[in-house]
Formats: sequence, structure tokens, C-alpha cells
Amino acid sequence: MITALLRRLGQTVFVLFGISALVFCVFFATPGADPTARIAGRNASPQTMEKVRKEYGFDRPLPVQYATMMKKLFITRDLASYVDRGELVVPEIARAAPVTVSLVCGAALIWVVASIAMGTLAAAMKGSWVDRGLMMLGLIGISMPVFWLGQVTNLITQSRYHDTWLFSWVPGLGYVPFTESPLGWFKALVIPWVVLAVMFIGIYSRVLRADLVALAGEDFMRTARAKGLSPTRVLLRHGLRTSMVTFVSLFGLDFAQLVGGGALLTEVVFGLPGVGRLTYQALTNLDLPLIMATVMYSAVFVVLANAVVDSVYLLLDPRVRDAR
Amino acid sequence: MSAFPVSSPEQGGAPLLSVRALRKTYSLPRGQTLKAVDGVSLDVLPGEVLGLVGESGCGKSTLGRCLLRLTDVSSGQITFEGQDITHLGERALRPLRQRMQMVFQDSYASLNPRRRIGDLLAEPLRVHPGPDGRKRPAAAITARLHELMDLVSLPVTALDRYPHEFSGGQRQRINIARALALSPRLVVADEPVSALDVSVQAQIVNLFADLQAQLGLTYVFVAHDLAVVRQISTRVAVMYLGAVVELGETDDVLHHPAHPYTAALTQAVPRPVVGASRHPPLRGDIPSPVARPSGCRFHTRCPMVQDRCRVEDPALHTVRPGHQVACHFPLAAD
Amino acid sequence: MPDNFPSAPVQPSPTQHTAAPLLAVRNLCVSFPSGGRMIPIVENVSFTLAERDILGLVGESGSGKSVTAMALMGLIDSPGVQITGSALFRGQELVGLPQKQLRRLRGRQIAMIFQDPMTAFTPVYTIGWQIDEQIRAHERLSRKQARARTVDLLAEMGVPDPARTADRYPHQLSGGLRQRAMIAMALSCNPALLIADEPTTALDVTVQAQILDLIRGLRTAYGSSVLLITHDMGVVAETCDTTLVLYSGRVAETGPTQALFAQPGHPYTAALLASIPPLDGPRPERLPAIAGAPPVPLERPAGCAFSPRCHYVHEACLPAPPPPLVPVGPHQSAACVLSTEGTPLPPRLISACASAAASIRHQAAPTPPPSHGEVSP
Repeated sequence: MITALLRRLGQTVFVLFGISALVFCVFFATPGADPTARIAGRNASPQTMEKVRKEYGFDRPLPVQYATMMKKLFITRDLASYVDRGELVVPEIARAAPVTVSLVCGAALIWVVASIAMGTLAAAMKGSWVDRGLMMLGLIGISMPVFWLGQVTNLITQSRYHDTWLFSWVPGLGYVPFTESPLGWFKALVIPWVVLAVMFIGIYSRVLRADLVALAGEDFMRTARAKGLSPTRVLLRHGLRTSMVTFVSLFGLDFAQLVGGGALLTEVVFGLPGVGRLTYQALTNLDLPLIMATVMYSAVFVVLANAVVDSVYLLLDPRVRDAR
Repeated sequence: MSAFPVSSPEQGGAPLLSVRALRKTYSLPRGQTLKAVDGVSLDVLPGEVLGLVGESGCGKSTLGRCLLRLTDVSSGQITFEGQDITHLGERALRPLRQRMQMVFQDSYASLNPRRRIGDLLAEPLRVHPGPDGRKRPAAAITARLHELMDLVSLPVTALDRYPHEFSGGQRQRINIARALALSPRLVVADEPVSALDVSVQAQIVNLFADLQAQLGLTYVFVAHDLAVVRQISTRVAVMYLGAVVELGETDDVLHHPAHPYTAALTQAVPRPVVGASRHPPLRGDIPSPVARPSGCRFHTRCPMVQDRCRVEDPALHTVRPGHQVACHFPLAAD
Repeated sequence: MPDNFPSAPVQPSPTQHTAAPLLAVRNLCVSFPSGGRMIPIVENVSFTLAERDILGLVGESGSGKSVTAMALMGLIDSPGVQITGSALFRGQELVGLPQKQLRRLRGRQIAMIFQDPMTAFTPVYTIGWQIDEQIRAHERLSRKQARARTVDLLAEMGVPDPARTADRYPHQLSGGLRQRAMIAMALSCNPALLIADEPTTALDVTVQAQILDLIRGLRTAYGSSVLLITHDMGVVAETCDTTLVLYSGRVAETGPTQALFAQPGHPYTAALLASIPPLDGPRPERLPAIAGAPPVPLERPAGCAFSPRCHYVHEACLPAPPPPLVPVGPHQSAACVLSTEGTPLPPRLISACASAAASIRHQAAPTPPPSHGEVSP
């Protein structure tokens, strides 16, 4: 068990190294582009250029440049953005991360609960109008782009119907830290949660339904029915439980990429100062150090989430447990 | 028919295919190794049908693949027509592939469902050069396809159809036709009839026998069904957990087994005859090939196990002319 | 009786036992909708199963043997399926019984075991959990009591170290142990009828022999009747008291196993037995194979379904309806016109088809196709 964990840790470190090297190469070792100019930003003075060149070691070989960059990112954490007047990048991400985590966790809770309910109900009533209705709803959810849906809800809740009893509680755009006011935090986030969750509810409920319907033809489902179990028990304890293996692996990846900054559009639309919005700003300003930092942050999350999914897998599927 | 090199069975001549101390191991997680084939030595004589029988996990299918070098071997030596092919690369094997072919169990999975039978059968003929060393002309290929359909008793119209339009038995005929397209000398058939219904099985067994007589083919016939193997084989090799435990003339082995496992195996097959109520000859399950027992690999289930069997692995040795067994205490021929 | 052939169809296989039959199936038909019409998969299947009897349902793939069993269990739920006829289980009609009542029978009165014990267990639960679940679905028992019974059952099925085996997952057991666990689960509520659908097909022969021995012993140990579904004539011969041969969804022949194997009354039974390569005795030069393949349900002939492959086919076989079951011996009947015409099949093993075929072939219209040629597609 210990060796398995250590091996897993080793793999994680190796993957992170690979990603960081790749990102570094893309940004700083692309032939024909001078990284100094790109870090210093547009129209930087020659003094700034010289300072940047020294600080990042761009006059020295590539491995040293890479080491300098990693040191600035992880050890001294003094990677600074020149575009943004010397703002330190790492603390900036540290401030943005809780916002993103709050947004994604809430949305994930909603979409997991809703999609399991919808998918299971649709599978149980396969072929009926309930099934067709739910799946149609899911398809609509998938086809509505999150930025559009966000804008529409903003339009409704912030301006058009804000003064009605229904939406008068909705606070203005922005984020309220949980530590400051739990209720305020909830109020600020509940609409972004739902908006972000809609598409995933659509995808997950459809995937789950398809999985459950396919499972219904499995031998063990037939055995469960032949045992005289009730249809509900067959569907939930045997079908749904087995489907969870697929569900979790799908969930892990989506969750990780959202926490890693994938909820960018939602954050921008609702004015939430999360990692996604930070990435968005970095991209619009071509703020190289910030891009580098957000990409690394994202990579760390995806890799960590993958490790977590693998462990959950071990809990869910005894066959995987033995194959290790 | 002139395209077929017809050779008469010549018992006792140089073996067509010869295997010495062949091993094939797979490594598994947690540092375990699976010895799928664990030191097999045998000869396949030209014109004979060698049956490979055994239960699941005995390594018969893996051995079948190793014989044709469809998989790499871990150690040992394979000689085909006097040439050592153990370590030949894929490129060097290609000309030899014409002379050794395989027929698989799943008749449907071995045929590309999107291609017509004619295309499927013509492919090897297009890829491999003709007997004169040059590319075969289209007319020769068509003629050969008709010849093949005739051999396996399918109508020529079958060439224009797709695999799903055929029954299991017909698909297996198509697979046989494909294996025969390049006039091989050796055909390894891996459970070719076990997926078929009983009433169709007999047709395919007969077809195998007819083709062998007609074309002078040599078969290695891998199957778990003893009755089918007996029907088709000249000699039979009984395998257990990766090793050949008994080898000899078919009826000699099946009716006068020297190995307790062979005896139990023949006894366990249900006969379509009412009467004698049978007791299961063996207790327990086959051990996992990953954790093969020490000493004689059969000792955990052997009804006549002795102390020596638990420590010493018996080697295959001759008990009677043409009959070898790997047992310290072989049964006497009654 | 054998000399007097009544023209009306006769209820097949009267039981040799005096007690009322456990299961009496009459004219069971199962049809599935396809392309706008109903395709009959099982047609007019009738049989009775006595208490503590083992009945073998034999047939090739597509003969409808599994569908028959699934219909009895009420496990067919594809939309539009049509099940008619009657199946009396201890006097209770199973056909058309609401799912709720069927559920109370399933697992408790009628249990089922399946071909592949690997896929028949839910992979994510221990086998002990799954057996407990069935017990607790039908009886008010605590978890602990249920587990105690599970362990006892596993022990009785010859599972070594039953308490620890109960805590293992299906994939951790060998095929033989899994099938023993499956049988333990099926027997957990002491059912009167056990339906075994190809229970040994996925097993090796040495393990198969053990499982068949176990099944044979169930009637004495548990008083269970068994409906054994198989394609293997050898398994039937060794295990079943009565045999029912299905061909293309219809009963071809039924009778006491001993009589049926000694003197088959239907050419299909005879040809099927003859086409099995023998393991003992002299080796035939060629196997007497049956030409062609079983018809798909859509192309089933109007008359005798076996007629396109039969050596004895003549005009009387071809028109609809299919020949009815007629007695060909004590308790034995076959759906074939030969015995009514006074030319019954010869006993088995006295040169199977060949000589008999020659004597009758002069009156048969089409000549039999070459023995290894299949009907062209």
C-alpha cells in the first residue's frame, strides 16, 4: 500500500515536471520570439528590458532559465507581473483560488445531485414521456452556452425583474468571502452555481441514463431481478452503484479542469475574481508570468484531482483494487 | 488445383515444425509472472494433425500463437521447415507467413464487418507475391477465389456479400478459405468449432478433415473438446498449467492414458449415453497459472499423489513407443 | 399404445410420478415484435415437471430454450412481447401474473442460475453480500442470521473456507467456485424449482463434472426440481430424467431420457446424437453431419421446421401446420410424421442415418444436399 502511494506520488511529481517544462518551452523557448520583451510588456523601456533579462536569466542557458522560473514560482514566490506594475503573481492566485473553489464546489454539488436524479428517473421510466422530457431538458442544457445563459440571468435578476419579490434578494455582481458573511457568500454564488451546473446536468444525466440502460441488459441485472428484488432496488443498488464507476471518472476530470480555471466564462460574466478571470485578464494583457502561473496552478489541480479519482476508483471498484 | 503443393503424409520424416523448451511468460502487476507456456518441447510432423487439448489456463492457445510467432516468445526455440524462426523480425517472417496460417474461434471477430468476403479473401493474395515471385494478376486472383469457395463448399455469390450475412458455420468456412488462400503447409486452428452449434460443428470438423486429405495439410488443432480433438487428430498433446503432460497417438492417449490428469479428463467428459452414473473424477479447481504448484503441477488435484510429486517436477519421458508422459508414477496401459 | 397413433395432438410427457406436477406448461408461445409484425420465438411448447425431477431442455442456439425459461420467470420485459399459453406452478398460473406477485415467487419458489457466473454476479459487491440480499428480500432475518445461513449454504455447496469466501468479490473466485456460490444463492430460500440455464457451459470439464454432480444431488438434499437448459447432449444424458428437445422454437421430441437416447423418435434428435464425435469405440471416418443451419425465426418453414435439413423429408412434411407431437413409445412423443406413416426411426447406434435414409429416400422428394454443404445464403 505504501509503495503504491509512493509510486503514485512519484508519478504525480513526474507529470508536473513534464507539464512545467512544456509550458516553459512554449512560452519562453519559442524560437524567434524574445521572452524578455514579452515579459516586460509592450513599449517597455530599455532599463526594464535589461532588468527583466537579468532577473530571469535570459542571457543564460535554457535549463538555468527553467530553474530560475520554477524557483520564482514555487520557492521564493516572487514572480512578478511587469504588465501589472510589479504585482506578485503567486499571492494573486492564492487570493483567487478560494473564489473558484467556492464556485465550482457548489456547482458540482448541484450537478451531481440533479444529474443522478434525472438520469436514474429517466432510465427507470425508459421510453415514457418523462424519459423523453428529461432528456430533452438535458439537451437544452447542453446547448445553452454558459456565457449566454449567465448574461440572460443577469439581465433578469439584476435589472429587468430585480425589483420584484422574486429577485429582490439577489446581490450585485461580485464575491463575498465565506468568512465575512456565510449568507452573503451563498447569495452571491447561488445563481452562478446553477448557471455553471446547467450544462453538466445535461451531459451527466444523459451519460448516466445511457449507462443505466446499457447495464439493464447485463447478466447481473437479470440475476438481481431473478432474485426477486424490487425494481427500485435492482436499479439503485445494482445498476446505479455500478454506473458510479463511470460517473466518478467523468466527474473527476471535469471538476479538476473547472477548479483549474475552466470556469473562466462564468467568473467573467458574474464578476467573480477567481482563477479563471485571472487567466482571462492575463491573456488579454499578454501577462506572461501570470499565464505561466495560472497554467501551472491548473496543471497541479488536474493532476491532483486525477490522483483523487484514482483513489475513489479503488473504493468503488474491487476489480481495480486487485489489479494494483 | 495446381496451385497447391500436395505432399503426402510422411511419418517419421523431418518435422515440419519443431519446438524446444519453449517458454512464454507475461509479467503482471506486483511483480508476479504468468507462465503461460512453461517449457514445451514437441514436433509437428508433416501431414499429421496434432491436437492440443487442455482446460482453461493450460496455455494451449498461447502455445498455438507462439508456434506461428504471432506473439514473441520468452525463451526456447521454434524451427519451421528447418529454419530457426524464434527471433525473426516481422519483415523476415512475412514470406514464411504464407506457409503457416491460423484459424480462430470467433468467426465473426476475425472478419472485418465492413468489407466484402471477396475483398477479405483477395487481400493476402494481393499482398503476397505469386509462386513466380511477381504480383498476381487480377484474373489469377479471381480464379483463386472461386477455387477457394469451391474448397469450402460455399457458392461463388458469397464473395459479394458481407460477413454479417452468413451463419456462424459459413463464417468459419470463410475463415478457413482465408487461411488457405496462400496454400499454406501448416494451419494452426484455435478452437475453430467451439463457438458453433453441435449440428454445425460436425460439418466444420468434416471440412477440416477433407481439406487435410485433399491438400496434404498439417494441422495443429487447439481445442478443449476432447471428442472433437479425437475425431480429427493423429496425435494429441494434453496440456496442464503451461506444460505438455502427455503426448502420443490419439487413441493410445485417450483410451490408455498414462497421466492421471488425462485419465480424469477423459472420464469427466459427459457422454451422450444414458446409464453409468459418473462421479466427478477430480476435486477442486485448476490452480491459477500465476501460482503454479511446486513439484508436479498436477499434484494438488491428483488422486494418486505421493511425497515425491510435491517436490520434484516430472519431465516428459517415453513410457511406450510414441507415447510420452510427465508423471513419476504413470498409469499402466490396461 | 405405441401401435395406436391417435391423430389429435397428445399432451407430451405424462409424469411417471403420481403426485401432481410441480410445473405444467401448456402451449407456451412467446413472440417479439419486429418490423411491424410478431416474430414467434417459442411456439406451443408444452411439458410437465414433477417434484424432484430433472428435466432437460435441449436445443441449439436460437431454439428458444432460454426464452422459455425467461418467460416462466417473467423476466422478459422487452416492449411489445407477447406471451400466451399457460404455465401452472403448483396450481398457480404464471403467464400474465403481475410483476409484484411474480417477484414474490422469484428467488423464493423459483430460482435461477445462469451460464456465466462471472457476469451473473454484480461485480462491486462481495458474494456473501449478494446471497444475504436474496435471503433478506424474502425472509425477515437480521444481517447476522442471513450471513450465518449464507456461510452454511456455501459450505454445503462444497466451497472451502466458506466464511472467508463470502467476503470475497466475484472476480476473486475461480469459475467453479463462482458457480457454486451462484447455486448457493439460488438455493438460499429453498426453492421448489431451480432453473439452470447452461450452468456448466462456461466451465472446464473437470469442474463441470463436479457441478453436475452437485445439481444431481439437489433433489435429495433440498427436494428441488430442476429445469436444466443446455445444448450438450452429454450433459442431458448424465443428468436429466426427462428430456425435451427443442428445434427452432418448437418441441421436436420429448420423453424419458433413457428411451429418447436409446431410440430417438425425431430425425433431428437422431441426427444430433449421431453428429457428436464419439470419445469411445471406433472413430468414424467422417461425422454424419446435419447439412445447413437452423432457420432464423423469420424464415421458419410453415411445415416441419427441420424439413430443409432432414434426410427423410417428403411431401407430408412441408405443408402447414407443423406436425403435431405423436407418441412413439411409452411417455415418449415426437413431432414427426414418420411413425404415423408406419416407418419409425430405427434404434440408435445400429448404423445411424445412413442405411435407414437409403431405405426411405426413394419416396422422399428432394435428394439430401452434400453432407458438408450448407444451404446457400
